[in-house]
This record gives sequence, structure tokens and C-alpha cells, in this order.
Amino acid sequence: MTHWITTLCFFALLVTGMEIVISHPRFYWGETGNVLTRPLFKLHIPSSRSLVPTGYGYVLPDQNGWSRYLHFQAAWIVVLTGLLYVISIFFTGHLWRDLLPGKSELSWRALSTTIASHLRFARPGEAEAWSYNVLQRLSYLFVIFVLFPLIIWTGLAMSPAFVSAFPVTVTSLGGQQSARTIHFFVTIALVLFLLVHLVMICVAGFKSRMRAMITGKINAGKMITGQAITEEVTTGQAATDTEQT
Amino acid sequence: MTDLSRRKLIIGGLAATAGVAGLGVAAQLAEKYGLIPPDHGGIYGLGTTLTYASQRLLTRHSMAREFSQSQISRPPLANEMPPLTDAYKHLQAGGFADWRLTVTGMVDRPAAFSLAQLKSYPRRSQITQIACEEGWSYIAEWIGVPLSHVMDLVGVQPQAKYIVYFSIDPDWWDSIDMADAMHPQTFLAYGMNGDELPTGNGGPLRMRVPRQLGYKSVKFVTHLTVTDNLKNFGKGLGSLEPEFGYSWYAGI
Repeated sequence: MTHWITTLCFFALLVTGMEIVISHPRFYWGETGNVLTRPLFKLHIPSSRSLVPTGYGYVLPDQNGWSRYLHFQAAWIVVLTGLLYVISIFFTGHLWRDLLPGKSELSWRALSTTIASHLRFARPGEAEAWSYNVLQRLSYLFVIFVLFPLIIWTGLAMSPAFVSAFPVTVTSLGGQQSARTIHFFVTIALVLFLLVHLVMICVAGFKSRMRAMITGKINAGKMITGQAITEEVTTGQAATDTEQT
Repeated sequence: MTDLSRRKLIIGGLAATAGVAGLGVAAQLAEKYGLIPPDHGGIYGLGTTLTYASQRLLTRHSMAREFSQSQISRPPLANEMPPLTDAYKHLQAGGFADWRLTVTGMVDRPAAFSLAQLKSYPRRSQITQIACEEGWSYIAEWIGVPLSHVMDLVGVQPQAKYIVYFSIDPDWWDSIDMADAMHPQTFLAYGMNGDELPTGNGGPLRMRVPRQLGYKSVKFVTHLTVTDNLKNFGKGLGSLEPEFGYSWYAGI
């Protein structure tokens, strides 16, 4: 459940974030930046403001109003959902059981085996239908405990009111424009994660993975024989996504 | 139905009831403590209300970051704006000698101030950042009189909740709550970087609200009114911004 709320919010944040960027497709480092200062880099796209010199002979319609309302609304929902998720993975044991990799998995030998099987686009074996492999574990941990906190932090660092109460959120990043630039790069990292995530689902078998994600169950009859599967079934791949419902 | 699912159902029901009751109490408390923004209706009401309420609780007395002289952006950016009105050009031709700031509403002594009068009050300055919702920003030294000083002169009545401010451009007005209005960094600014405030940056008189985005810092201010209710201004959303789809509160 938290997974799908996050998905919906992520797309809302991505689309509205792009709309906001279009109104000033230039990025800076430090405290300030505007059309009179040298950008770190620019996106070669048209803008929704005539103030910005883009080289295009036209100005796109302004979509910032609703984009900003929706961006912050989706941010609230995804942050609250994320908090619920993080609290739940500590208490349900999902974090220790499924997300933190075991010591044996972190050896170079084990890692290279997993990487090699990924490079061959091999379909995952039976064991992986029940839990995450080491690369999944590491990338999920990175998204949950590095990218998400970083995008929330850099978002808050752009708020003049928030930083008036907690100035260190922005000074530690080198300034408000630095926060904006980092926010942009973290978005790109999250989009890359999403693309790989989608490709992996397709490789693993779209139908069975989607069934598992939506219902939280794995097709038990096919995978396990001679064993009564009851509660255990719901601890599979994406069961966490439904645990908090 | 097994015992387990019945128990789950009962617990779930109780939790939902408590949740709804909790929300009701929270809404009443929020209303009482002025944590509900005027544009709380509509599909985006939830997000903007959460932002306003939480930031009000965190930032009631916090000070906007101030910078050093060396961090001032030179030259200061003059943003795009609609063409100057004839009324503005007329006053500009007279060197703004006839520029007046009128103050009405819930005050004991409604008044009209000339620029010379405003400049005779304690002169304050701050080096703060102005950040636009579009993403750009600049740092400048703003010189003026704190709005709270003017409010003390006219005597704000205790039931006041908002100050509505109007530009000489009839299509430009906004409002802030008393927490921002009485904040020591909220200025009626008439100077910038040691000089007069240029027209491009809102001269001769600009509202400066440094803890919110640039669009709350309305240029060419000629009129203030103190009120306890924003319903009778425009469409009742607190400023012109929500009528164009922008949020009233712009702490972000």
C-alpha cells in the first residue's frame, strides 16, 4: 500500500517539479543565482518565463501555481507515508530480514556472482521470489536511507521560512541555490532507480511480480510443494507493500 | 468470520473513529490558533494547510537569515513586471512627494503617511535574500521602517488577524497574518543597498516579507488595511495569488 501511494506521489512530484524547473531552467551553486549571474549549467529547453534567455523564440504557458500546490501536497503525503513505512520495517523485522544484506552476501565473490547473473539478464531463481537479492537490498537501502532523506532535506533547505528556524539545513549545503541543484540531481538519481526497477520487474516476469506486489502474495501452488503455506506467504517480495494497509 | 478478523475489524473501527474525532479537534484548535490559511479549500487545501500550520508553529519568532555586505548581489535583479500605471508615472514625475501610504481598518487612528514621514521614523536595514517561486534569488540590503512600528503608531486593535496591502497597480494586492506583520524583519522598504529603492525593485515603497517568497513582497505599496477576516477582499482567498492558482502562504 505504501508502495503505491509513493508511486503516485513520485509521479506527481516529478511532473510538477519539471513544470517548476521550466520557469527557470538554470542551475547555480552557492547562495544566490539569477539571470544576471553565471549558471553552473543550463537546460537547453524553452522556459515559461520571458525573463530567462533560452534562445527559443517563444515562452511556454505558466503552470507554476497548481504545480507548486500539488508538489507540496504530494510531498506531505509521501513524507508521512515514508515515515510510516520506515517505522514499520523496524517493527515488522522487514528491515533486518529482507533489506539488510547478510555478511556472506557482501563478500566480493558473492557480489560478483549476483552481478554476473544480472548482466546475463538471468531470470531469478525460486529463492529470489521470496526475498531480495543483495543488489536489490543495497539499492533499496540507498533509496530509502540516502536519496529520500536527501531530497526532503534539500527541499526544506529551499524554504525561506523553514531555514529561518533551522538555518543549518541550508548553510551546510553551501546555500539555497546549491540545495536546488542537489535537489535536481537527486531527482535524476531517483528516476534512474525507477527505470532500473521497472526493467528488473520485466526481467523477473512482469505478471508474477505484479501479482505479488498488488496482492502481497506469491503463487504458492507453483513454487512450493508439500508444505502448508499460510502466514509465511505474505513475507515475500513485496508483502511489505501491503503490510501497512 | 474468525475471531481474528473480528478483532481486527473492531480495532480498526475504533482507530478510525478516534482518527476522525482527532481530526475534528485538530481542526478546531488550528482555527483557534490561526493555523488555517484563507485558501484552505479545494483539492490542494490539505497540503497548503499542513505547510502553513507547521511552519507557523516552527517559525513564529524565527529570523530570516541575514548576510554580509560582501554577499550582496550586484547588480540587483529587477524582475519583469507589468507596465507602470499612469497613477504611478504621475507621482513619479512629482518626485513621489505626493506618495501616500494610507492605513485603515481595525486601527485606533487611521492615517496617511508621506514618504518623508516614513523616513523620519527609526531607519532599519537588513541584508536578506529574496527568492522567487521560479527558482532564482538575490541578496540585497533593504532599508525601511519596520511595519510593526507603523502599526504601533496607528494602534492595531486586538481582534486584528491580517494586514492586507495594496499596490498602486490595482491588480496587485496581498495579505499576511499578524505573526509576519509584526515580525521585526517585515519592512516597509524605501531604500536598497544604501540608496533609494529603484522602481524596478518596487520603489518608492515596497512591502518586504523576507520569510516568504518574493511574490509576497508587493511593490509600490499605497494602502494597508487591518482586518480579522479576508472574506471581503477579492474572492476571499487572502490575496490575488490564489486567484491565479498560487498559494497564499509562501514560506514555501
